[in-house]
Amino acid sequence: MTARIERPLSPHLQTYRWTLTMALSIIHRATGVALYSGTLVLAWWLIAAATGPAAYANVEAFTSNFIGRLIVFGYTWALLHHMLSGIRHFVWDLGYGFKASEREALAWGSAIGGISLTVLLWIAAYAIGGGR
Amino acid sequence: MSAPDSPPKSMRTPLGRVRNLGASHSGTSDFWRQRVTAVAMVLLMVPVIVVVMMLLGRNQAGAAQILGSAPIAIIMLLFIIASVWHMKIGMQVVIEDYIHGEKLKLASIMANNFFCIAVALASIYAILKLSSGV
Repeated sequence: MTARIERPLSPHLQTYRWTLTMALSIIHRATGVALYSGTLVLAWWLIAAATGPAAYANVEAFTSNFIGRLIVFGYTWALLHHMLSGIRHFVWDLGYGFKASEREALAWGSAIGGISLTVLLWIAAYAIGGGR
Repeated sequence: MSAPDSPPKSMRTPLGRVRNLGASHSGTSDFWRQRVTAVAMVLLMVPVIVVVMMLLGRNQAGAAQILGSAPIAIIMLLFIIASVWHMKIGMQVVIEDYIHGEKLKLASIMANNFFCIAVALASIYAILKLSSGV
């Protein structure tokens, strides 16, 4: 049995100075994982609609209480942010947007765009849904 | 999936065997499918948002009627297939990045497949049931 040699390892995240693009990269992955679990709510909602009024009432009870509504709001933001941040990846896939200023602009664009679209959609949702 | 240090079974060099294939012999298929499903969802995003807006504040009967109509059912089916496929590939990348033990990694990848297929089939079943009106 040979002694384990302590080789230097590549430093993990906390070693590095935080940058905007790095934060966006982490948020992209985190929102992806959040959306993964969020599909359970989507599936539950569709199954309830196909099952009947009692099952559907359970979903409505969940989405109308504070925690449930917060989860659906978070899901909306995660979805829109992940989409805009993903479009940023398409720009890179096509070979554009690698300059420092362009990377920063794309990062700000997806971060601000994600929040703005979420707020706009929820204003529209309350205007439409509240009127029924 | 042979061990990297196993003796070569042919005269071909290791580089020659993997060239144009990638280590998994399926090359860039996951990378490509991740992009195809992403483009699909970008295109479907506006129609899906419209559908969700149509359903807000409706009771079960109203929601079932809307979700069961042909164009809306098809939009939802396309979105379910694209999103579940996309999230299956994405979660596998996360698992491969963070889980280093081979057995736990394989078990997690398998569980990921089971979860995604179950979510997809449950959602597709619900849409088809609503469309057939039973």
